[in-house]
Amino acid sequence: MPDGNISRRTLLKASGVAAISAFTSPIRAAAPEPAAVTPALIQAARKEGKVAYYTPIDLPVAELIAKAFEAKYPGITVRVERTGAERVFQRISQEYASGIHAVDVVTSSDAAHFIVWKRDGLLAPFVPEDVARHYAAEHKDPDGMFAAFRASLSVIGYNTRLVKSEDAPKSFADLLAPKWTGKIVKGHPAFSGTIMTATYEIARDIGWDYFEKLAKQRVMQVQSAADPPKKLGLGERAVMADGNEYVLFQVKESGAPVEPVYPAEGTPLVVSPNGIFKAAPNPNAARLFQCFCFSPECQELIVNRGAMRSVHALVKEKPGRRPLGEIKLMKEDPAAVERLSEEIKAHYTRIFRV
Amino acid sequence: MILTLAVPTSAARPTFRFDLSRPLLLAFSAALCLLILLPLSWLVYYSIHDRAGGFTAANFVELATDPAFLDPLATTLILASSSAAICCAVAAPIGWLVARSDMPLRRTVRALVTASFVTPPFLGAIAWELLAAPNSGLLNKLFRALTGAEPDEYLFNIYTLPGLIFVISCYTFPYVFVLIANALDRMPGDLEDASAILGGSAWTTARRITVPLAMPALLAGALIAFLQAMTLFGSPAILALPAGFHTMTTKIWSLFQYPPKLELAAAASLPLLGLTVALLRAEAMILGRRGYSVVGGRGGEPRRIALGRWKWAALAAVLLALANPVFLPYGALLNAAFSRIPSEFVSFENLTLRNFAFVFFELSSTGVAARNTLILCTSAATIGTVLAVAIAYITSRKVIAWHRVLGFLATAPAAVPGIVLGVGLFLAYTRPPFVLYGTLWILLIAFVTIALPAAYQQLQSAFRVVNPDLEEASRILGATRLGTLGRITAPLLRTSVIATWCFIFIGVIRELSAAVMLFTSDTKVISVLIFDLNESGDLGAIAVLGIIMLVFTFAVIALINRIPGFGASRLRNN
Repeated sequence: MPDGNISRRTLLKASGVAAISAFTSPIRAAAPEPAAVTPALIQAARKEGKVAYYTPIDLPVAELIAKAFEAKYPGITVRVERTGAERVFQRISQEYASGIHAVDVVTSSDAAHFIVWKRDGLLAPFVPEDVARHYAAEHKDPDGMFAAFRASLSVIGYNTRLVKSEDAPKSFADLLAPKWTGKIVKGHPAFSGTIMTATYEIARDIGWDYFEKLAKQRVMQVQSAADPPKKLGLGERAVMADGNEYVLFQVKESGAPVEPVYPAEGTPLVVSPNGIFKAAPNPNAARLFQCFCFSPECQELIVNRGAMRSVHALVKEKPGRRPLGEIKLMKEDPAAVERLSEEIKAHYTRIFRV
Repeated sequence: MILTLAVPTSAARPTFRFDLSRPLLLAFSAALCLLILLPLSWLVYYSIHDRAGGFTAANFVELATDPAFLDPLATTLILASSSAAICCAVAAPIGWLVARSDMPLRRTVRALVTASFVTPPFLGAIAWELLAAPNSGLLNKLFRALTGAEPDEYLFNIYTLPGLIFVISCYTFPYVFVLIANALDRMPGDLEDASAILGGSAWTTARRITVPLAMPALLAGALIAFLQAMTLFGSPAILALPAGFHTMTTKIWSLFQYPPKLELAAAASLPLLGLTVALLRAEAMILGRRGYSVVGGRGGEPRRIALGRWKWAALAAVLLALANPVFLPYGALLNAAFSRIPSEFVSFENLTLRNFAFVFFELSSTGVAARNTLILCTSAATIGTVLAVAIAYITSRKVIAWHRVLGFLATAPAAVPGIVLGVGLFLAYTRPPFVLYGTLWILLIAFVTIALPAAYQQLQSAFRVVNPDLEEASRILGATRLGTLGRITAPLLRTSVIATWCFIFIGVIRELSAAVMLFTSDTKVISVLIFDLNESGDLGAIAVLGIIMLVFTFAVIALINRIPGFGASRLRNN
């Protein structure tokens, strides 16, 4: 009995299709005309009254975005379905395989997912005015299927009460020192898109060797990239090997003694696109929400309150944060992640045994 | 004369009035077959086929050779046998003290055991993270504060196999307790008296009479505890990943990660199913023997052993043991709910209502999940009770020819671990002709199926107590079978029926293992919401939701206890 769930990634690998970068498809198709927020759109969205937003963004921040939208457009409620990006992807595939079309708008911290969704023809082309005007070509799909909602970093971090700043690790290599044995917490690439992306970048730039040695450090393994900063804040572990920079800042601003470290080898950059599903049950509310997500208002919200990074040209970085331009970054490559994700998960599971 | 007239009249009646009961009962039987056989058939089918649909044994070969499966299997067996041993070691003395000694506060102790029984195991595991995570755990902090130990030193580490065994035992020992306490409650006192009269010392009496009589219950309890620990998903799902290993249930769950390996998940489910069936058979054999041991010893109210000055020490020990499943975790959850940083003790500057505000006003899934949970609890309890009443009626009154088969089918789901049932239902209802995935129906089916065996057994024993004469009198006087059921049988069984309803209701609130396989974003329940929140470490919100769950549960228990003539005894029997 064929189950209709044959791995698309396996198929792709088998047929030897060349990698296509997420944002630079060679096919120059026309993106749709940029869409402004019109009274007609608002009215149509209001008639639908709700929008389902699947996202891996840490829950308090995701709900913040939802509440800001609801305040701006009363009468439309946002239901946030938050889980790690890899589980968001699994959830949507399971739902779509059974003909359930529940998702309207999606964010994924594993940009490779958008390659798959686009290839499967699941996404609806839609370009908010802000994306057309204020987003560089490298941050949007040429066919108008998705654009970079936010950028975030997967950083190293430490608890300042447990580690003095001069003793803190400065690089990934530092984490392999015996003094960190049993003191490290890290996220899992089978749950978190951020960790998946970061694992690919680190393995590419430093090598799997690093992970094999790290696995011998008796690492505390958690799921989401949002969890290591929280475990650090609790004081459960002294150091995190990876995790969201923005959640670390949130934890810090809540009063916990934590600090980020931008590793000497480079900090993995994670760009998370937003897209609308073609079979969205609330298409108009989805479009309105998508427009809102890329508005300066929402982008400033995620920068100032959410501590994330924006690639909107008009949105400035928050004073006091280290600007992206001053951080040595590991570049992302969604097409490669798309090709390798199964292998990465399997390799990782073999090394870390979970 | 009158008698000879009456007999033909009553015999002729059914031919004139159409008796609805037969088609209705047959429909019940058919529904039951479909409910249980369909998912299990798909499970077997998937396990012996490959992706392309060809017949294969490769799934089982992979299962039997890949360390990725053998390690979790070994872990699970270690886990289950250790938990079973611990449960017996703890439950047997407590059961004896409650049933046979004059220890004070015996009713309170029983209530506390009930509390640990109804606490969702995943919630208990999260609470124990708050208590015994090596560095941030409250108990370890207390230990360091009291002894002045170094920041890295700890007393407990919950993220280990022993830690997981401990947490599982906390919420599994009530099963053993119930069996032992019930057996000791029913054990006739005159056998022990006889031993004493014949000159046996207290020690000899215990060794030669009490222990052998209680032994079957203890063995059965050990098997049940083994079974529970083996098939549990909630606690391992919380603790096993940070501890760095898989159990069989978490491994099966992980096979659903993209790209899903449904064939392997099905194959990995079957050993769990087989072991469960074998263990339940063993339990039935052991408990079946117990019947002989008490024959001829009826009547004597068991004599309570006077503990003298030891009774307070005994009580202290029992309460100390019960601190682990009840006082400490509940305290940790309350602390986390009101604290800005969940791992810090609530203090004046730390106190916050932020977590409550977040759960009630910001978290957009709360409403959906609470609504779904309430709908499912109510409907599963109602449907499950109706089904259980019908089947118990059929089997105890032998209404149709196949009543034995029906009784077997109603108890069969007990042999299907929640996670296995979840996999089976997922395979069965995500394809035509029954696409139920994405609706509350699939969860309803799961919950009813899981609840049915216990509900059926409860009602069947209730039916046994009602003398069929009353029903027969009603039939002879001309009532139909359904009429009799409604006007005679139902009123007599009311308390049992209500208790069964509440029992299913509580069971559904805490169910996670099947729900986690079957939910979609629109059909989330509170237990799954807590599970999702755990993924990103939102402990404050989890604590608030957990407390809401417990409040609901205890409200229902309080309700049962208010039913006249009905104590917590019903709950205890399961």
